[in-house]
Amino acid sequence: MIRFLFKGLLRDKSRSLLPVIVVAVGVMMTVFLHAYLEGILNDSIEESARLSSGHVKITTLGYHENSSQRPNEYAVTAVDRLLEALKHDFPDLQWSERILFGGLLDAPDGEGYTRSQGNVAGAGIRLIGSDEEIERMDLRARLFAGRFPEHRGEVLISNELFKKMKLRLGDEVTLISSSMYGDMAMYNFTVCGTLHFGIAALDKGMVYADIEDVRNALYMDDAAGEILGFFPGNYDEKRALQLQEAFAPDGSGDEFSLVLTPMSKASGMDFLILYSRYAGFIIIFIFVFAMSIVLWNAGLLGGLRRYGEFGLRLAIGESKREAYGSLVGEAVLIGLVGSVAGTAIGLVFAYLMQEFGLNAGDMIKDSTLMLPTVFRAQITPMTYVIGFIPGVLSTVIGAMLAGIGIYKRQTAQLFKELT
Amino acid sequence: MIQKFVILMLATTSLLPAQNFPAGKSILEKVDQNMSARTRISVSRMEITMARGSRTIEAKSWSEGDKNAFTEYLAPAREKGTKMLKTDRQLWIYSPATDRVIQISGHMLRQSVMGSDLSYEDMMNDTPLLEQYSAIVDAAETIGGRSCWVVTLTALAPDVSYHQQKMWIDQERNVPLKIEMYARGGKLLKKIELSDVKRVQGRWFPMSMLYKDMLKKGEGTRMTFLDLQLDTALPAGIFTKASLK
Repeated sequence: MIRFLFKGLLRDKSRSLLPVIVVAVGVMMTVFLHAYLEGILNDSIEESARLSSGHVKITTLGYHENSSQRPNEYAVTAVDRLLEALKHDFPDLQWSERILFGGLLDAPDGEGYTRSQGNVAGAGIRLIGSDEEIERMDLRARLFAGRFPEHRGEVLISNELFKKMKLRLGDEVTLISSSMYGDMAMYNFTVCGTLHFGIAALDKGMVYADIEDVRNALYMDDAAGEILGFFPGNYDEKRALQLQEAFAPDGSGDEFSLVLTPMSKASGMDFLILYSRYAGFIIIFIFVFAMSIVLWNAGLLGGLRRYGEFGLRLAIGESKREAYGSLVGEAVLIGLVGSVAGTAIGLVFAYLMQEFGLNAGDMIKDSTLMLPTVFRAQITPMTYVIGFIPGVLSTVIGAMLAGIGIYKRQTAQLFKELT
Repeated sequence: MIQKFVILMLATTSLLPAQNFPAGKSILEKVDQNMSARTRISVSRMEITMARGSRTIEAKSWSEGDKNAFTEYLAPAREKGTKMLKTDRQLWIYSPATDRVIQISGHMLRQSVMGSDLSYEDMMNDTPLLEQYSAIVDAAETIGGRSCWVVTLTALAPDVSYHQQKMWIDQERNVPLKIEMYARGGKLLKKIELSDVKRVQGRWFPMSMLYKDMLKKGEGTRMTFLDLQLDTALPAGIFTKASLK
């Protein structure tokens, strides 16, 4: 039967070529769009994880509840021991200690008095003696001038702030911030390099120093504001929730008890992760809907043209059900052929976008979101099959809608249209 | 007729307390006269209670009217040698650890001093009340056995740190015993309880003040004057940047 239908389609190109092309184009767009959205959303999620939230984050309860204020008075203490325990208990994760702080950066004149100042949002990360954070945060690509800190007391600052404060590499600057005990802390740094992120929020006044320097500056010996955990691959919600349970607070409400926050529950990330999870379904729905309308029309045109044929088939004894079934069967074949072709072409485009990407640095230079500067598609196992759902479904729905005419019309009327 | 009588009664009743209270302006004048000195030298202790426990900071301050002030921190060891200079609306800080003199301005002035419940703006503001606020006496209440006027102060200019203040002022000694400070939107920002009022060189002065920043957790900051000298000669050149290093 399938062979019979297939032969019919091949021999009568007028009823197969246009639907196959329509399906192939629609599926190609679905496949490409899915890969593109997957790429951008996952890259954005991973970019945010690497730069700020981690896949999971361990803080104290007090810090978690006031995280927007970077309250280092609620910092995690005895960090070395905690990190050892984490590495032992969860060896598949990579752990990274960080201190976030706000403050003022002050550049002196020749006499040591204030010459220029800028507000900063800083981070203390492991920069000396390890490349792990430099690689993770892709800082090498973001280094605009100078070099990474090699000695104690060296700092990287955003290029925008560097220019605004009229600094030169090697200049001494003083950080004024709040210590872990809430008092004012002042610490001298030497500017060794500048960074450009392409993210307005970071370029405005970001400062990176080695975590040991920040500990000295803010009197945070063996302490860190937050400890970030990273999965070997992309964010894994199920695993993150398991870890959260393992770290559930004891209910005492002690502000210094440790809590683990999955990335999906971090402020601002919840919607992005939810959206990425359902992006595939949204695309499928849109394309099934749009293509069904297109193929319904194509099916109607084809069906009308074939009313005579159906009239003849009914006249020689074929039942309406069989005629309708063969129409749907043809639609399944057209859908499959179109989906295979569309998926293949879509995958080629998606692969090119995945490998070469689209540099959108200039377009998003004032963005407040942590978007990657190069937009890339991402081919996942879902990309291979997602096109088949709208491809086959919309063709079949289109044929089923068009085929209703077979049931509604009288055999004689259909047959009359043969003449 | 009855309506007119009721209106007359209501109007008379509402006017009654106001007639018994002195004018707000005269009360502020007396507070300013009592509290504002030409010069002041003080040694104070700040006890700050916060999430990680409490800390005690000692400092010596020299001030001249409401324009100039100089503070040197004496303890603990980490703060020792830190100096602050206020001249008019400018604030400079010297930290011995960095050997730098840094100007504090803008939003940094609203930050906490040494982790306390006081901001730099609070510390810098010695301007007489009458120059900043209009005042209305709302009621008479008793605090700690002392009869007080409850006075609502409203800022005369938009750049005043607190748009509105409510003060409980000792009727006899002209010293505030309790202050509530409000933002323009009516939010309570800070509370100060003043106690241990002593006679210092002919003036009544609260020697202990409990500051509470209502936007912060913790039990507040207690500031106690260990020594206070009013209208005394100050060292020459103390209010210059050169004295910071």
